[in-house]
Amino acid sequence: MRLVRCSSFALGLLFLTFGTSIRSSSAQESPYFVTYDHYLEEPRNLEVEYFSTFGTQRGGNNFHSYWTEFEYGATAWWTTEFYLDAQTTFHDSTVFSGFKWENRFRPLQHEHWINPIIYVEYEDINGTDKTLKDIVGHDVEAEFLEPNAETRREHKREVELKLILSSTVKGWNISENIISEKNLSNEPWEFGYALGVSRPLSLKASAKRCSFCRQNFVAGVEMYGGLGDRYSFGLKDTAHYLAPAVAWNLPSGWTLRLSPGFGLNDNSHQFLLRWGVSREINDFGGMVRRLLGAKS
Amino acid sequence: MKPPVFALLVCAVLLAVSGALANEQKNWKDKPDVYAELGKAPEKARNRANPLAHDPEAAAAGRLLFEDHCAECHGHNAGGGKKGPSLRAPEVQNAPSGAIFWLLTNGVVRKGMPVWSRLPEPQRWQLVRYLKSLGIAEASPPATEASSKP
Repeated sequence: MRLVRCSSFALGLLFLTFGTSIRSSSAQESPYFVTYDHYLEEPRNLEVEYFSTFGTQRGGNNFHSYWTEFEYGATAWWTTEFYLDAQTTFHDSTVFSGFKWENRFRPLQHEHWINPIIYVEYEDINGTDKTLKDIVGHDVEAEFLEPNAETRREHKREVELKLILSSTVKGWNISENIISEKNLSNEPWEFGYALGVSRPLSLKASAKRCSFCRQNFVAGVEMYGGLGDRYSFGLKDTAHYLAPAVAWNLPSGWTLRLSPGFGLNDNSHQFLLRWGVSREINDFGGMVRRLLGAKS
Repeated sequence: MKPPVFALLVCAVLLAVSGALANEQKNWKDKPDVYAELGKAPEKARNRANPLAHDPEAAAAGRLLFEDHCAECHGHNAGGGKKGPSLRAPEVQNAPSGAIFWLLTNGVVRKGMPVWSRLPEPQRWQLVRYLKSLGIAEASPPATEASSKP
């Protein structure tokens, strides 16, 4: 367990050290933690992101889950992303939960009122995953009560498909995600949703570079939850959350995010506090190509 | 297959595929129709006037936006970079502001330029104002029939 914790710190340290010595530019990131909008990573750029979720657990121990994302813009219409997940349950243990690999594809060339994105994800995780990033089916608080020693024996290989619909109108981004997930063992398709609305505090950019300018802050709110499964579709025995969120896009290229989330019914965790830090590395693909000896 | 092995395999495949795709994105100087997309802006979009054309701070704000979001591809003086063409070519400088705004909004996704509607509309107009303030640079690739539309 200590090894996992040390590895996380080492990874974080590497990220901080590496991140400060390479070219990056001021990002324009959304504040969402769960909802996806239709903006993909810029081609050849790599965004390294660290996220945490602190969650309360009625009848059990609170937990802190964390994950690292490596988001790469393969092309202007395809973004691929690799996740590593872990969690600490207080008074229990720290465990590595597994990895996820997601891909987002933009089928349409131009901007429209509603812009669709196709999302495909493969997860190889164990039962200790508590990121609460993909709430589907009947994922309810009571399922998180079992100790890590037991849940880590449960091995899940899942495929997740999302239809991401997103619009930007007068500075407001409105995103809707329709989620379906299938455990590759003999379990039914499960469904969920995520909705998000956000807007920069100022639509015009300042003529001076500044950290605290209003345009650097993007505020919004997310709502997400499960919709049952193939055999019991609906809101019965499902969890739902409402979470205000804010992102601070610093001129140095770093983005900080914060989001307190509140469970909306008795099946939900009462409180989730999420925070994250990310940094975009420009032309990472070009750096790799040059490293391998190709001409840029 | 053990998860770490699978993860390494996935990373290797991703790097190879993205490298191959990046290789396909030839240098813009080898593309004769690099500015042709500007000519595809619909009439209504082309005719839009820049609401910030007379804003004294628009060009300065646009310069900062350019440095943050565009310089990586189009070069720090907008004269063209490794990935993106010169924005000081006559095809761009003589194009209507509305056409440049339309291109920024929609990108040229199949040719590697992302959509920039993520930037709020006033910021895209500030960028257009800055680009227009740069003027035509001396060295730029020859115009083509497709790109010489007004």
